[in-house]
Amino acid sequence: MLVLSGIAIVVVGFLARLNPLLVVTIAALATGLLGGMDPVAVVSALGKAFNDARLVSLAWLILPLIGLLEREGLQERARLLIGKVRAATPGRLLLFYLAFRQITAALGLKDIGGHAQMVRPLLAPMAEAAGSDRFGPLPEGARMRIRAWAAATDNVGLFFGEDIFIAIASILLIKSFLEQNGIAVDPLRLSVWAIPTAVAAFLIHGARLARLDAWLRREAKRASGDAGP
Amino acid sequence: MITLRIVYALAGALFAAFAVLTAADRRHPKRVGTALFWALVALSFLAGDRLTDLGNGILVIALALLAGSGVIGRGSPETTGPEERRARSDRRGDWLFVPALIVPAVALLGSLVLKDVCIQGRPLLDARQPTLLSLALGVVTALGVAVLWLRPKPLVPLQEGRRLIDAIGWAAVLPQALSALGGVFAAAGVGQAVFALASRWIPVDDRFAVICSYTCGMALLTMIMGNAFAAFPTMTAAIGLPLIVGRLHGDPAAMAAMGMLSGFCGTLMTPMAANFNVVPASLLELPDRDAPLNGVIRAQIPSEDILSVQITYTPGWRVTVNGARRRIQKDSLGLISIIPACTGPCTILLNYNGGLEARITQFVSIATLITLLGLCLVRRRGTTPA
Repeated sequence: MLVLSGIAIVVVGFLARLNPLLVVTIAALATGLLGGMDPVAVVSALGKAFNDARLVSLAWLILPLIGLLEREGLQERARLLIGKVRAATPGRLLLFYLAFRQITAALGLKDIGGHAQMVRPLLAPMAEAAGSDRFGPLPEGARMRIRAWAAATDNVGLFFGEDIFIAIASILLIKSFLEQNGIAVDPLRLSVWAIPTAVAAFLIHGARLARLDAWLRREAKRASGDAGP
Repeated sequence: MITLRIVYALAGALFAAFAVLTAADRRHPKRVGTALFWALVALSFLAGDRLTDLGNGILVIALALLAGSGVIGRGSPETTGPEERRARSDRRGDWLFVPALIVPAVALLGSLVLKDVCIQGRPLLDARQPTLLSLALGVVTALGVAVLWLRPKPLVPLQEGRRLIDAIGWAAVLPQALSALGGVFAAAGVGQAVFALASRWIPVDDRFAVICSYTCGMALLTMIMGNAFAAFPTMTAAIGLPLIVGRLHGDPAAMAAMGMLSGFCGTLMTPMAANFNVVPASLLELPDRDAPLNGVIRAQIPSEDILSVQITYTPGWRVTVNGARRRIQKDSLGLISIIPACTGPCTILLNYNGGLEARITQFVSIATLITLLGLCLVRRRGTTPA
């Protein structure tokens, strides 16, 4: 049972906000030692596992390409593309962005959006503007809610799109982890299995965006009602 | 034949270039530590198979110590500013997306078609890793096209790559280290230990119960730790492999893919995942950005209705919804607001317990719970024949 303390170390270490790389290494060493291996064997086991897991870090091979394209204005171009969208309501605008974010992330362009690059300068202001164009002046709370939904949509699109790309760290982590446990899986099979969840996430978040529009309509009506005679 | 060894050499050369460029960057605030870190990663890629297991183990420990001691930092290699980028992107147009799209196109084509291609009777790609090799091929092709088209100065792609890898920092090695942790778990027999433990509480032959405990476990553990990658090896070693794959003969690919995504669901619901949930709340200047469940997280949790109570907020209040504790927040008027996070009919109970007093009682009850659990475990171990 002592061998399980490695799991506890990971949980406590992350909770205590220690450096995760250090936490993981300590957890690995502790697990081996408490599992009854001698120190040299533990370090060797960790070294062998790390060496076998090198394929996970192949995900970074793409960085010079992405960096070069960013230098030439890739993100600016994406922003221009999103900026051209004319959507009638915040919900529909965010729905379009959700699809855009999921598809681009699935093609490996996961840094094309993001909170600092896309949501703050562009998406949130656009969604707010769409809201007041359509429903009239919105109360403060409603505007803040639209902003929060813009940020949430970026997260949901990224999380449930990126795993469809085969060379993302999470897919390679899964592949390598399963290999360490004697199961060979092609990354392509893993990414195919990320598709059902991506579709479900699109439908669920899309339905909730439709409800956001309905909520905004009520909210705007109430606000204008309060202001009336 | 293209094998994984060639791709590792390529990655090793890339990280070696990052190390050299960092060492040469006089304005880098943490030049030595960062250069050393990337040099060790390069060494692992270039010579990992010749280092012996013990040597690799020492390398991992060195990486962890470098990361833990805070000697790794971000450099600021020369790049274009926002204005210049806008001007350049106007010139390049939508073609800018094309090199990036070459990567998945070649990777997909390669893993479906190129894997069967032979040149002079020898296969082009190592049949064991078609996807990874086609991916590397895709990256090289795309970079080649981009360089021919954009004609940057020779070191520019490497410097731009260094800009991005420095932004990721030590976290670039974390997924690999977590996978290695999974390997150590396997070697030390964690799976069997958890199986022995889990089979007492989980009905191990009930598919629904087992899958629920895996996926919900992934989400919960991720919420606690703030990182789905960290939760993955632990939950998969604990429940996924022994129960779903081992006992119920589930498909490991489907299980792992959905397990990881269940973890991502956890990421969306926790303030521990600061990058995704806390940072945007501050960026967007949301009024509740400092609350544990800020607007971004709430927008990601279903049934986001908020209950406002006309009682002045003080920390001594406790709320339970259908028996489960909920957090109390102060709204802009200083009144209590509660996120019940429940659907259908809910019973919401408010209790006042006093601030410090409440904390002490909480501490005592947690201590009791832990002691009780400990006692139960000791008892069970005592009564089960070895």
